[in-house]
Order: sequence, then C-alpha cells, then structure tokens
Amino acid sequence: MTRTPLRPLARILPARAKGENPDAIERENIRQRHAEMQDRARVRAESRLLVLGLFFFCAFTVVGGRMGLMAISEPEEPVASVHGAAIAAQRADITDRHGRILATNFETHSLYAQPPELIDPLAAARGLVKIFPDLDEERLVKDFTGKRKFVWIKKRISPEQKQAVHDLGDPGLLFGPREMRLYPNGKLAAHVLGGAGFGREGVNAAEVIGVAGVEKQFDDYLRDPANGAHPLALSIDLTVQAAAEQVLAGGMKLMNAKGASAILMDVHTGEVVSAVSLPDFDPNDRPRPPVSGDPSDSPLFNRAVQGVYELGSTFKIFTAAQALDLGIVSPETIIDTSGPMRISGYPIGEFHNKNYGKLSVTDVIMHSSNRGTGRIALEIGPERQKAFLGALGMFDPTPFEIVEARGAQPLLPERWTELSTVTISYGHGLSTSPMHLAAGYAAIANGGHYVSPTILKQTGPQHGPRVLSDQAAASARMMLRKVVTDGTASFGEVPGYAVGGKTGTADKPRPQGGYYEDKVIATFASIFPSHDPKYVLIVTLDEPSIQAYDEERRTAGWTAVPVAAELIGRVAPLLGLRPDVEPTPRAAITLTSN
Amino acid sequence: MRGIAYVLTALFVFGLAFWAYRENYATQQVLKETRALQHDIGAAQVRLGVLRAEWAYLNRPDRLTELAELNFDRLGLLPLRPDQFGRIDEVSYPPEPLLPITNPVDVSSMAAGEEQP
Repeated sequence: MTRTPLRPLARILPARAKGENPDAIERENIRQRHAEMQDRARVRAESRLLVLGLFFFCAFTVVGGRMGLMAISEPEEPVASVHGAAIAAQRADITDRHGRILATNFETHSLYAQPPELIDPLAAARGLVKIFPDLDEERLVKDFTGKRKFVWIKKRISPEQKQAVHDLGDPGLLFGPREMRLYPNGKLAAHVLGGAGFGREGVNAAEVIGVAGVEKQFDDYLRDPANGAHPLALSIDLTVQAAAEQVLAGGMKLMNAKGASAILMDVHTGEVVSAVSLPDFDPNDRPRPPVSGDPSDSPLFNRAVQGVYELGSTFKIFTAAQALDLGIVSPETIIDTSGPMRISGYPIGEFHNKNYGKLSVTDVIMHSSNRGTGRIALEIGPERQKAFLGALGMFDPTPFEIVEARGAQPLLPERWTELSTVTISYGHGLSTSPMHLAAGYAAIANGGHYVSPTILKQTGPQHGPRVLSDQAAASARMMLRKVVTDGTASFGEVPGYAVGGKTGTADKPRPQGGYYEDKVIATFASIFPSHDPKYVLIVTLDEPSIQAYDEERRTAGWTAVPVAAELIGRVAPLLGLRPDVEPTPRAAITLTSN
Repeated sequence: MRGIAYVLTALFVFGLAFWAYRENYATQQVLKETRALQHDIGAAQVRLGVLRAEWAYLNRPDRLTELAELNFDRLGLLPLRPDQFGRIDEVSYPPEPLLPITNPVDVSSMAAGEEQP
C-alpha cells in the first residue's frame, strides 16, 4: 500500500506561494486518510458479520434438520448399546422373600381369523370346535361367512392347540404372540397376588395389566421396562404360606366355618410373612366378581384385609395396655366387675351372665370381663381412648400394599360417647380388619412401637412412633401369656413357643340391623414367643360351630384357638424358631437397707 | 518437489477412502452380529423364563406334598415339628480310636500244653 504523505511538498509550496495556510492541506489529508480507514474497517466488519451469520444459519439448520429427522423417524432399539439385552419388554416377576417365583410371564399365542382369507369356512369352524370344545360352531360359521373382516377366536392358546390349529391348514386362521401372566403355585397366596388381565389388545401384542392385589398396586413398577430384570420381592414366605393355607383349610373344615383368615406378621419389621383368606381362588383363572349377593361370600373377598368386623374381646388388651401406660392401674389393681352396670341406659353384661366379682387387671383380661374392661375404659376417658386407638391406626385403612386394603375403612361410631368408650373397650362398636388388629398387637409385642404392616421385603426393623411405654407393653404381654396358660385360650399352648394371646368372639351383625344369635366371628390374636415376641398371628373363623361335651360351641376358645395352636406348631419351625424354655420370673429379691 | 507432495496427498486421500470404506463394512458386520447375538440373548432369556416357570411349577408346594405322600414308604417325610429341633450338646462325640496294639499278650490257655510237652 502506498502511503501518501500528509504534507506533499508539491502542494505545500504553491500554497505558501499563494499565502494559504499549509496546515489546511495536512488536515484535509488526515481527514481523507481517516475516511479510507473507516471504509476498510466497515467492509471487514461486514464480512465478519456475514461469515458469522452464515455459520449460525448453518448450525441452526443442522440442529433443526436433525430434530425434524428424529421426529419423523421410526423408533428403533439401539443395537450396539450394552444395556439393550437387559431390557426385557416383559412384566417383572414377583418373588417371595427367598426369591422363589410367585408370578412370572409365559409366551403363548392368540388365535384370530380373517374370514375373507378362509378357504373353507365351514371346515375351519368344524375343526376349531373339535380342538376347542367350548366354542359354538353355529356362531363361528355365522362369523366366518358373514361380512366381518376380523374375528378373535381365542385370547390364549397352548402350543399343542396352536399346532392343532396349524394342522387345519387354513390360511385365514392366524396367530398373534401373547404374553400371559403365570402363577406357577396355583391357589397359593391368591389374594395377595390378585391377578392380571389383558388391557388394550392388538394383533401383535397385548398389554398385561394387574387387576387386583399386588399386581394392581405395583402395576406401574411391574410394567416399567427398566424393571424387567428386577423382580418385586414380597415379604411372603412360600413355604410358610403353603403350610398356613393347609392348616387353616383343615381347621376351617373341622370347625364347620364358612370362611377363615390368618395373618402372620413380623413384629419388628412389619413384614407380613403369610396372609391367608379362605375360600380362595386360582389367580391363573380368576373368577368374575359376583354381580349379586353378598360380596363377602365370593372367593375373591380377602377376609384378612377387606373383611371389616367387630373383633370382640381381642380389643380388651388395648384398653388394659393404655391404662397401664397412663399409670391408672397396675397389673395387680383390683377392679370391681360385679353388676349391674348401666351406661346411658344400656346394661353391660358378661358372657353367659357370669359375675366375676372383684378381679385384678390381669384377671380381668384372663377371664375376659366386659364390665371390668369397661370400668377401666371409663377411667381412661373417651378422648384418650380415641387418641390411643388412632395412634394404633384403627381409624384409617391399613397401609398394607395391596389394592383391597385401601377399601377397608374401619367403621367408627359417629359420636364417641361414654357408651361407645365402654363397648369399644371390649371390641364392640368399632369394626376393623384383622390386619388392623395385627398391627395393634405388633405394637404390644415389639415393646410399644407402631409398625405398619407391609407386603414388601424389608431390610431392617421399622422404628415407628412410640405408642406405649416399654413397661406397659411388657405387662400387657404377661397378661396375654396368662390368658393362654390359665384363661380362655388354654388350647393355645404350644410347648416351647410360649404363646400369648387373646380370644374374641363377636356376634355377626345382620344386614338389616341387630345381631345374629347363632353366628359369630371367632378371633384369636396371638404373639409368640411371648417372652421375646417375634411374630403376631391373627386367626379368624367365620361362623364356626362344633359339638364338644354335648354342647354346641362357637366361642373362639373352642374354635379359633386350637387352629391357631396347630398353625403355630406347624409354621414356627419353618420360620427357624427353636422351641425354647420360657424364662421364669426371677425370684423376688428385696433390697433391704443395712 | 511440489509434484511429489501432490502425489503423496492424493495417495493419502486414497488410503483414507479405502480405510473408511473398510471400516464402514466392518461396522455393518459387527452391527449384524450384534443383532444376531441380541436375538439369541432374547431367545435364551425367553427359554430361561420358561425353565424358571417350569421349575417353580414343579416345585409348587401342592405337588411336593403329594409326592411326599406318594413316596411315604421310601422317604417317610413328615412336616417339620418343633420337637425335631436338636441341640448341639445332644450330639455325642465320635468314639475315640483304639490305640495300636504293639505288644500282644496271649491270654488263652489253649496253647499252654503244646509249648511245654
């Protein structure tokens, strides 16, 4: 670039000669030079802006184009990824606490027809009826020869049936893959598992959705493809569940009961090791819900969780435990149980109109005295009683994780009067499910902490809120043990397991009001071993009645208790509990001053 | 000099093109193998699922109870009862082995007359 001088001599000299100021020439030149520099800088900046604009345009075009392409392309499984193999497009399995399968998937086929493709519709219909005797030939013929383009024939067929249909050789009969839910153990834990059915269906696939129980409660987890390889581990123990079902079914038959339920629960972790409700059903072939009659007569009805009953005298221990906790009584305090006792005009009576006279609190529980418990409850008062039962979770559906538990809303009196306080103290006027009772007894058994019953396998004990002092819980356990050794549950003794428990016999309410004379719900709520409780067992029999000593017996002591004892003798060894010698109370040592 | 540089660059570009071509086909081959493997794994998993289900079905408690009852003569299996628990001190120690006999003494008098006729 040639640089023009600011003061060119050729112009300066003539200017001087004319007497002009040569500085004006210099300023003019400087101005011109600056103008040139400005022009150059602008051109450069403009070209830079252009390049930058072009760059951004290209970048946005690429990003936008890629987005568009991704939006219109078909989804495709990543082939080269490491994780591809682990994702199974299946519903996750359900296992018991030791990893034994309770529910898994099985690949089968569905059968459908495209009538326009059928070569010989009549022969095809005849052949199909031969393979599937439950099909209606006339209907098939009507479907095959009518205007329909598509006919579902069977939702699930076995490989043998598929082969047989294949051998018919008609190109209009087609198969679609189907995944079905399989419960290899049949009726075992049917109420807990619930069942599964098909949701939206297509030719190539069908949704498997849970319809009840755990399958419905954890439907989202089980359907999540990322969980395909992570089975849902329940707290149920397959072996214990099978033994419990067997013993309970036998007991139900012996006691002529029309239904029975049993709950076995770990008192520290809240894990429900076994939950049985009889009669049961096969989840592989789940019956339809009944449209008429009492829903509780259906085998689908889960008595352990859904059945809301007045559980009778089993509640007395809560009254006693609370009174001990509040320091109102000690186990030796004498209570007057003699009659008559009238609350708000209603007489409070005893079983068989007995009169026990003056009893200690322990004996009130042992003899199951209504009046004694009622008088203790009056000391406690309605507010405190309500608060305590609320803390034990008696007013809300249990947090037990199966769908049916949400519907089991306990029935409370509308107004908690003094009469309610007395009747609820011995288990009348408040209807709860056996699962509520199990949670309440677990609090007594584990030293006073509320545990929420759970169906999922836990890793450690729950530390729920404290509802009872350690001492009150220990005294209550001693009373429960006394009920078995000397009281109404004497058939409940199982050598080596120090069973403690409380019986309860409640009259069944009539649907039209009032109570049946000859229909009861017999309950035995037990803890074992009572000196160091590990498990709570609740056994409930619906309408039991046996003949013993020339008399018809319905009370829990004659019906539910022997069944529970047999159950404990059978399942405790399976749970790894070694029979143990019960520690005797220490010899009284009195500290005397020296 | 410049000519050589051009030729070398051209050769280098050829080489790169050949390498890219080969890599492309090798990748496609690997993807194909992966797909086949994935398919095999899927099939194996399905088979595994069926086998697991069958194992669970064959081990269902109902069937085991029935089998135990059918074979009671041979196996004599009964449900576990509390009285079947033992304690470690109820197991006796094995009998102590006999000491080796190094100097046997003949205590029979049958041969007494034979030695001293």
